[in-house]
Amino acid sequence: MIQASGLRKSYGGTVALDGVDLHVRQGEIFGVLGQSGAGKSTLLRCVNLLERPTAGTVTVDGQELTTLGGKELNLARRRIGMIHQHFALLSSRTVAGNVAFPLEVMGVPAAERRRRVGELLELVGLGGRGGDRPNQLSGGQKQRVGIARALAGNPSVLLSDEATSALDPATTQSILALLKRLNTELGLTILLITHEMDVVKSVCDSVAIMTGGRIEESGAIAELIRTPGSRLTREIFPLPEPAPAGSVTLTFTGDPRQPVVSEVVRKFDVGLSILGGSIEELPAGPVGRLRVALTGDDTGSALAYLRERGLLVETP
Amino acid sequence: MTWDEMAPLLGEATWQTALMVAWSTLFTVLLGLPLGVALVVFDRGGLRPLPVLKSVLGVIVNVGRSLPFIVLMIAIIPFTRLVVGTTIGTAAVVVPLTVGAVPFFARLVETALREVDLDVVQAAQAMGAGRATVVRKVLLPEALPGIVAGVTVTVVALIGYTAMAGTIGGGGLGDLAIRYGYQRFETGLMIATVVLLVVIVQIMQSLGDLVARRLSHK
Repeated sequence: MIQASGLRKSYGGTVALDGVDLHVRQGEIFGVLGQSGAGKSTLLRCVNLLERPTAGTVTVDGQELTTLGGKELNLARRRIGMIHQHFALLSSRTVAGNVAFPLEVMGVPAAERRRRVGELLELVGLGGRGGDRPNQLSGGQKQRVGIARALAGNPSVLLSDEATSALDPATTQSILALLKRLNTELGLTILLITHEMDVVKSVCDSVAIMTGGRIEESGAIAELIRTPGSRLTREIFPLPEPAPAGSVTLTFTGDPRQPVVSEVVRKFDVGLSILGGSIEELPAGPVGRLRVALTGDDTGSALAYLRERGLLVETP
Repeated sequence: MTWDEMAPLLGEATWQTALMVAWSTLFTVLLGLPLGVALVVFDRGGLRPLPVLKSVLGVIVNVGRSLPFIVLMIAIIPFTRLVVGTTIGTAAVVVPLTVGAVPFFARLVETALREVDLDVVQAAQAMGAGRATVVRKVLLPEALPGIVAGVTVTVVALIGYTAMAGTIGGGGLGDLAIRYGYQRFETGLMIATVVLLVVIVQIMQSLGDLVARRLSHK
């Protein structure tokens, strides 16, 4: 759905994007995770060409945007929704007026606009608030207006620029739940950037981790979790890194109630002490990560058995 | 001088001031608003960066603003004749008043437009809005409270400028104060004029503030 290749962006001497490739599949929620200054905001703004990349191409929904300019680009942008960290609502308009804005830009007739605005506000849970001013709303409600506005043109893609970063944790969760619902119900592809791992953990199917204008690691979360040495796994689970010598780190997916650990202890003559671990509920299912120390003569066969059972076994 | 003698003089002068200010405000807004928009749109990093044109406009505005009004009024007499066919009287004063106020108002418009949240402008661009739409539906409506405040400041400045209009026969309250209060030592009339000017400026400012507040939903 979104394909970016070889993206570079520099401002004078500073390089914001240093050769970024990105592939977002149809219908997924793709998160770009990184610290501020990592270039994730520039990357997002290169997708709808709010920033023109110095080099590289961007293709959205089969259309190469980097070759477009002027009117053609404006037409293409109408198929890409965007929501913003500070909501970017027009204070001179009511809630309904804000949602109507993109429809006016598209030249939708007034009666049709009113009907569509009503539908969109209903969809984001703000039915009946159309006459309010943005300054009468809470942060979460403002972002719902932003989402309704972004959906006005029936976009195939939604870009989210730190959309929950200005919100408190509970509101963040409700906005993320709304995005997830739109993703499922409308088949909306969402590319979001965030500095919060919690956002990635709650809604993302795929992730790219950015540092210094490059993508360090990217892919489906379910796959990255099973990749040895994954940066994502290390970031998600609060285990001390690097792992101490002699320890073994086990990552397991699927039903966490399978008694794999007790089986190992019963089957092989090994002692097992738990150094740390936790279970995280990800959209792909629960994932556990356990750091243990094995003692005894047969630790080699014990580890082989764990691998056989589908666990990712990492030793420092 | 008795009040009965002063009243008609004050009435006529107030009417002349009102006319001069009203017409010149109208023309100032009509000319200054597009100029202010141009200063923002053509700026480096603006919607349509044309830095050379922006610099030229900037220089013209600065030249206009650096001339004291009384000098400007006399300097542009040939231009005034060209526009209204005469160089004396109330109509003739509206030309220099407008020429003097346009650069001033354009700068105020420029400042108001720069206050508009860049995020909102970019959000509109991300929705596929063209430059004209961004100016018409985002920049101007969002900056409207600031522009109204600019109009208020301009009206007050224009009331001040009209005091010099007497020099070329424009009449008005300033002219009355000079001719009677200063040249004929009519202290009573002088005080009445001052009070009247203070009251008018006060009313204009309060009115402008009220409208700006009503329009603002920040």
